[in-house]
Amino acid sequence: MSVFDRAYDDPVRVLDEDGEVVGDVPDLGDEALVEMYRHMRLARHFDSRAVSLQRQGRMGTYPPLSGQEGAQIGSATALAEDDWIVPSYREHGAALVRGLPLKQTLLYWMGHEAGNATPEDVNVFPVAVPIASQVPHATGAAWASKLRGENDAFLCYFGDGATSEGDFHEGVNFAGVFDTPTVFFCNNNQWAISVPRERQTRSATLAQKAEAYGIDGVQVDGMDPLAVYSVTKAAVEKARDPETERPRPTLIEAIQYRFGAHTTADDPTVYRDDDEVESWKRKDPIPRLERYLRSEGVLDDERVAEIETSVETRVAEAIEAAESEVRPKPQEMFEHAYAELPPELERQYEEFAAFREAHGDEAFLEE
Amino acid sequence: MSETQNLTVVQAVRDGLYTEMREDDDVLVLGQDVGKNGGVFRATEGLFDEFGGDRVVDTPLAESGIVGAAVGMAAMGLKPVPEIQFSGFMYPGFDQIVSHMARFRTRSRGRFNLPMTLRAPYGGGIRAPEHHSESKEAFYAHEAGLKVVIPSTPYDAKGLLAASIRDPDPVIFLEPKLIYRAFRGEVPEEPYTVPIGEAVTRREGGDVAVFTYGAMTRPTLEAAETLAEEGIDCEVVDLRTVSPLDREAIVEAFESTGRAVVVHEAPKTGGLAGEITAIIQEEALLYQEAPVKRVTGFDVPYPLYALEDYYLPSATRIEEGIREAVEF
Repeated sequence: MSVFDRAYDDPVRVLDEDGEVVGDVPDLGDEALVEMYRHMRLARHFDSRAVSLQRQGRMGTYPPLSGQEGAQIGSATALAEDDWIVPSYREHGAALVRGLPLKQTLLYWMGHEAGNATPEDVNVFPVAVPIASQVPHATGAAWASKLRGENDAFLCYFGDGATSEGDFHEGVNFAGVFDTPTVFFCNNNQWAISVPRERQTRSATLAQKAEAYGIDGVQVDGMDPLAVYSVTKAAVEKARDPETERPRPTLIEAIQYRFGAHTTADDPTVYRDDDEVESWKRKDPIPRLERYLRSEGVLDDERVAEIETSVETRVAEAIEAAESEVRPKPQEMFEHAYAELPPELERQYEEFAAFREAHGDEAFLEE
Repeated sequence: MSETQNLTVVQAVRDGLYTEMREDDDVLVLGQDVGKNGGVFRATEGLFDEFGGDRVVDTPLAESGIVGAAVGMAAMGLKPVPEIQFSGFMYPGFDQIVSHMARFRTRSRGRFNLPMTLRAPYGGGIRAPEHHSESKEAFYAHEAGLKVVIPSTPYDAKGLLAASIRDPDPVIFLEPKLIYRAFRGEVPEEPYTVPIGEAVTRREGGDVAVFTYGAMTRPTLEAAETLAEEGIDCEVVDLRTVSPLDREAIVEAFESTGRAVVVHEAPKTGGLAGEITAIIQEEALLYQEAPVKRVTGFDVPYPLYALEDYYLPSATRIEEGIREAVEF
């Protein structure tokens, strides 16, 4: 039976909460498994450092991902080199797997335009802040790949709240109609800021929304990185295959939890109980994978310690690099609005530059 | 003698909602995180406990749904006050705003009016992520059938919000979040209104008329004080409503000086400053002593926050603009 023939409310699991095997372990190889673990540790450590940078006033508002590493790393690891991710604004972990330097992510949340300059060889779409607005893009981009005969898969991330937006429905419907190689990956972390999942839809699951568009829908334990990997792998392989007898697009609902706030500007204690948070923390994807890898003899204390050190070093280096980046130049805000600066904008820039020349930066930076 | 409270702008918004909801059972609030969470800026804090989940409604994450449902409620005689969390997220609801909210009265030849007030924090300066800082009031001012209100003080925030809620026509109520908590002002506890469509003179002066609104009122007044030391006497007019504009107040202030500056943080092209300049040109050409100077944001996408200080008009930029108009 295909993974896509399961009941919508029957999430795929490979590891239970204690890291015991309860499903089919994907054939990844030891090194790839350790890489997944390393990436998850890296994402977690990056996240805690980013939150503390914000608290220290060294970074602006930041959306934490802690608790969601299994879903992000597991899914992004399932992609082939030419595939793409189309993120929302919380997928720092998935972007990392795809090769986006941590420094870029830091710069973006530090308010630098340079943070948006994703390297040419990194198949990651720009951050999309307006909820669900990236969903139709993922459909269109995958459609373009299909039309060109390239058939690369496009993995689109969004949250439970996004499934209430029109753009979600329009994007997924187009994918169904035009049979595009798109994988819609819903990070159902239970809360859209303060609004619980039950308030978004009366549907019993989000996966079942696939039914309305005639595509495959499946639930996965989003805090089980191996299950996420397996389901995403099956979905992207189907997406890439023009000969598949199934619909090429898939909607994956990855059930998970954000341990922290929606953003650093949010206080989740106002709207959810500590007990609830604690019960989800018992499902933490990182110790779960670690226990499994230790039981298989792939990880031991020494290897874990080495990973810890490497992760700390890499994050520290990224922070150092981001903070030593020169202040963005004011003219950057005029660049890239158009391929060529239109005359009126050029005039505005010249006026701006002359004013800055005459009055200095303090004329802008006042309270 | 009525009691007053010393409130911030956002507290005055909250107090305006509270007062109007207490006065009129038809008033209700709906939006994302407005209930238990009390709003991401705390503009609805405590209202859920006070009025319950049927009048302070946490909705699914869907702006078109929020605005469209409010249109339906208003058509049936309720007075919904939908909140869009940031004005940068109004666009999924834009079709509902321009195709329905603005036109229901016209389309039904007056059978249905929409006494609804769509609230949204707007504007820059708070080091927020992308799409959290734009000023797009001109979109809505351009749309016939809507009124567009922008308070700049706690007193006006409560009074204009009450007037908007009681208005038979739909109102876009944009709250300058830069000054949500920047200062306090005396706000009566009792209900009151500040009329929509009336500008107010914040500073009297005879050399130049400076028109502004929202968060730019403060740096404009600051610039006026600096210039007063140089002997330039500015009249500062806070428009408070950008649609309909207070044509009379604009012309009157201009005629007494013959010189004008308009300050807004929205981009220059297609911004309200152009409209104000046109009013002056239409009504008071023969009084004109100098070109009308526009001190605005630039025609670029609002930059990420590391550069936003360079984008927003600063007191110094405003001073320079005023000098230009005066020295012409």
